[in-house]
Amino acid sequence: MRTININFEFMKWHKSAVYVSIFLILLSIFSIFAKGFNYGVDFKGGTIIEISFSNVAPIDEIRDFLNVNNYSKSSAQYFGSKNDILIRMPNIASTNESNLSNNLVLDLKQEFNFSLKRVEYVGAQVGEELRDQGILAALIALILIMIYIALRFEYRFSIGAILALIHDVILIMGIFSVSQIEFNLSVFAAILAVIGYSLNDTIVVFDRIRENFKAAIIENTNTVSLVNQSINQTLSRTLITSLTTILVLISLIIFGGEILFGFSFALLIGVIIGTYSSIYIASSTLLLLNISAKDVTIEVDEEQP
Amino acid sequence: MKILSLKQILVILVVIFSVTYSLPTFYNEVPNWLSSINAKKMNLGLDLKGGVHFLMQVDLDEVIDNKSRKFSNDIRSQLRKSKIRYKSFNFENNKIIIDFFSDENFQKAENLINSNYQNAFDIIKTENNVMQLTISENTLNELRIAAIKQNTTTLRNRVNELGVAEPIVQQSGKTRIVVELPGVKDTTRAKEIIGATATLEFKMVDEDSDAFAAEESNQVMFNSKLYYDDAGQPVLLKRNVILTGENIVDASSGFDRNSRPSVNITLDGPGSKRFASTTEDNIGKLMAVLFIESKSESREIKGENKRVTKKYEKIISIATIQERLSKSFQITGLDSPKQARDLALYLRAGSMAAPMYIIEERTVGPSLGADNIEKGKISVIIGLILVLLFMTYYYRTFGLFANTALVLNILIIVSVMSLIPGAVLTLPGIAGIVLTVGMAVDANVLIFERVKEEIKNGSTPLASIELGYKKAFSTIADANITTLIASIILFIFGTGPIKGFAVTLSIGVISSMFTAIVVTRVLANIIYERSSKLKTKELSI
Repeated sequence: MRTININFEFMKWHKSAVYVSIFLILLSIFSIFAKGFNYGVDFKGGTIIEISFSNVAPIDEIRDFLNVNNYSKSSAQYFGSKNDILIRMPNIASTNESNLSNNLVLDLKQEFNFSLKRVEYVGAQVGEELRDQGILAALIALILIMIYIALRFEYRFSIGAILALIHDVILIMGIFSVSQIEFNLSVFAAILAVIGYSLNDTIVVFDRIRENFKAAIIENTNTVSLVNQSINQTLSRTLITSLTTILVLISLIIFGGEILFGFSFALLIGVIIGTYSSIYIASSTLLLLNISAKDVTIEVDEEQP
Repeated sequence: MKILSLKQILVILVVIFSVTYSLPTFYNEVPNWLSSINAKKMNLGLDLKGGVHFLMQVDLDEVIDNKSRKFSNDIRSQLRKSKIRYKSFNFENNKIIIDFFSDENFQKAENLINSNYQNAFDIIKTENNVMQLTISENTLNELRIAAIKQNTTTLRNRVNELGVAEPIVQQSGKTRIVVELPGVKDTTRAKEIIGATATLEFKMVDEDSDAFAAEESNQVMFNSKLYYDDAGQPVLLKRNVILTGENIVDASSGFDRNSRPSVNITLDGPGSKRFASTTEDNIGKLMAVLFIESKSESREIKGENKRVTKKYEKIISIATIQERLSKSFQITGLDSPKQARDLALYLRAGSMAAPMYIIEERTVGPSLGADNIEKGKISVIIGLILVLLFMTYYYRTFGLFANTALVLNILIIVSVMSLIPGAVLTLPGIAGIVLTVGMAVDANVLIFERVKEEIKNGSTPLASIELGYKKAFSTIADANITTLIASIILFIFGTGPIKGFAVTLSIGVISSMFTAIVVTRVLANIIYERSSKLKTKELSI
């Protein structure tokens, strides 16, 4: 029987953890406002064209070509390997916006020999819509989850869980803003998946806290040590699940290719932050909201008379 | 022999089902015996099989504008016919405002409009004898629905002419149409075909008025309109349309006797009747064929990109009517054989009720699609192997139970994905499977850690297993339901590939609850339950 035996006084640090998190959140928000995101075409509108060469791509020639041929607003960079190039074009008002990519590819074909791998064109209007829909979706998900937890546990638990989720989402977005890694639709999907995942962790811890509260009502044990005990009891599970998830995510980052990089990266940092937040943010919130054993048991008694 | 329990039978059934229905996906060619029980390969998204996805915006405002202008003209002529007199007749912002001479005229007009248009209009009396007509909300909706339906049908016909295998053309939301063309590489041609709105109109030339004088004075009789022919000469055409593209049931391109490109046209019943009577009455007179194309353009207006629809009208031929024409005839005057071919295609496919433009395009070349499949496969396999190894190392025999559950879980996802009509596997979908692999073991980890705790607390091995499963259940349920909430939201709001991620994640979450709880339990019972005197150290966890 292999076990992880750690008995760490997590809650001794819960106030410092809260300060660290608040600092990181402020930093993230600052960066989001100051630097913004490197939005992909999904959210910003525009065109990307991925082309592939059989040898190393002549990127300097292509850049010169773009500058000389009226595509000066477009940019080119390697994508994944030195054989592949990604060209980005902003949306330009014209008689036939959606044909711009075809024209560029035709022009390039006259000078270079490559194969076309991918074109994505998103009109400005669609980009805005996708962004609005994304924000709406995240909010609805948060609200539904909050209601579910409030029904299953108690309102303080649901506040704790939601704060932990908001913490995770802001920090992931902060990291994307600071690093300027492209923020696109699949990164957004990853963030929603992180919401689900991080919640998993939080609920496991909460479940144990509730269980221990119920058992402890007679003994009247100290709340902080009960929460601490609950975290330690679920710690091996938290670490093992995080480990298996991180294992598959590393596999996805290494073998999944450039297109999935942002997605896998967002999930990876999300899993790490989510594990931390379910221990510190979610549980600290419970303590800060002065939860005690009797809140939970009274609740249960009312439910099951 | 012991009779199988219900749970065991269920697990056996699920194993048989998921193995059978996931098999086709692992074959290159699906064997006959599998096809005969409706087992199919998973549907692959465009990002995996290559092809192009277009999202088209239908400009419905244009339809409403056109329709209200037509209403306005019709009502004006009906009033005139019925000799209902008015001081002024104005049409602006899709509103018709008529100032009548008397209340009696107002009443008559109201009755006339109500009986001719069956509540298509909201009629308001704004001032004494002043009538304001607006198209009613119901009618507007009907017009919009009809327009988008017609565009979808026409688009489908056109796409069929492209000769693409398994194309998808379907309405998306209230004003959009999705077009998916698997395997298409040359998107230039596809864009041309699906975006064009070309059609024809047949009109009589107004020979009574002087076109040059009209050009100079810039004044045209209300029933005529000034055009220019190929040579740049002004021509007056009567506003009255003899035929539109809608009356054309078939069209094919070819060449006339002088080997000029031509289009052979066949009319429908009402069209040929009207055409026959008009041409019979007008033998010796001039008739013009107008080529009309609406193009949507984006323009910068006050720093913002705005869409405007521009109508291009061009006279392609003016000819003297030699004889009574009816069901089929030939038109010439086209620039090139290609234009003739395209025009024939558009006429055959039917006309577009409203102009459209592409607002989103995603093209994936076939090499990238194959590449994506390869990358997806490798990441699933490597991720799976890592998790299997870890679980075996950490939980030993129970790890093997969890591993069996995990592999079964993947088979269930694959088989369910290939059975749900419309479910497609995308690259993010594969990522969803990979993620499920990492997260599905969570339920087992929860259970096994509980079992260990019970053992530490001094319970007997069998009781520990029993309690471990029991106590972990509510936690597992809560945790999975919240993940399911997040993925369902993702499914509702996501588009294309993201939906694919939500689908595999949702299926994975549900099936992992079954495999992690029921399947591992059945396995644990088979291995351990026989020996009721099981010792703690014999429990390999």
